[in-house]
Amino acid sequence: MTNAEITEKLKTLVPASILSVEEFRGDLTVVIRREDIVRVAEVIKTDPSLAFDLIIDVLGVDMYRPGERFEVIYNVYSLAHRRFLRLKVRIPAEDPTVPTVTGVWPGANWHERETWDMFGIRFPGHPDLRRLYMPEEFEHFPLRKDFPLMGIPDSLPLPRR
Amino acid sequence: MALENLQQEGFLLTRLDEVIKWARKNSLWPMPMGISCCAIEMMATASPRFDIARFGSEVMRFTPRQCDVMLVAGTVTYKMAKVVRKIYDQMPDPKWVISMGACASSGGMFRSYPVVQGIDQFMPVDVYVAGCPPRPENLLHALLDLQKKIQGEPQLGGRKAGTAEEGHASATTVQSA
Repeated sequence: MTNAEITEKLKTLVPASILSVEEFRGDLTVVIRREDIVRVAEVIKTDPSLAFDLIIDVLGVDMYRPGERFEVIYNVYSLAHRRFLRLKVRIPAEDPTVPTVTGVWPGANWHERETWDMFGIRFPGHPDLRRLYMPEEFEHFPLRKDFPLMGIPDSLPLPRR
Repeated sequence: MALENLQQEGFLLTRLDEVIKWARKNSLWPMPMGISCCAIEMMATASPRFDIARFGSEVMRFTPRQCDVMLVAGTVTYKMAKVVRKIYDQMPDPKWVISMGACASSGGMFRSYPVVQGIDQFMPVDVYVAGCPPRPENLLHALLDLQKKIQGEPQLGGRKAGTAEEGHASATTVQSA
């Protein structure tokens, strides 16, 4: 199945959810409406001609721009057809939430926790949205562009010498 | 004391302190706090090729209760610092610390928010070892320096003996070979 055929298939299955489609050096990226991400995930997983059954990664991006500041990117793979697909969701700064896809791909669990930990993007419906890397009492989101490289003084306590 | 005395009398005279220090320095049991790549060099130091047993420190114990010297070999993050400190606190006195490699000593190349920029921010250090990672010879040199320190021999700059806890300025640094 070529990228053009995948695009065609998506446009027939979920026409209203697709905001744009890009192709760069053979990689297909589809930008999805935020509210529809779970539905699109279900469709591309269950449709036998697509069968994107493996979640490779879920990650956040801080574009640091007004309006839709964040992006969440889903890299998925079809074991049956040996094809990659990238889904993208744009998120406004004032409401950094995306519905969880752990109901579709359970493997997204820790990836979404990581994205919450690093970018402060919440995933409503996630079964266990705790921080993954940083201590639980930590209050900041280190991979946001406005977080200083050397951290915020006294935000990470050390044992007394 | 002359040697002929020993032959005649059958004993040596010395200070108790000196004997205790001599015994201590020659059987320093390490706590292998191997938390990243420096640990590989630490393991090599224990291998037959370099053979840390030559200096009485081959008994790596994975319980702090039986250890004398902690080898902090690797990058210490803020999250890990609590663990390292807790294990250090569980070691019985007297105890010493060797900070092995650039990361443990200064944060190394990880100049960023999760990495402690030197373990001396939360625990005392007796000997710092430079290198990324240090070669096994370098770690052995640090061990020998620590032995000198325990015996109370003057080291570089003639610093005072004792553990780093007793005198914070008494730590020493091993240069790269």
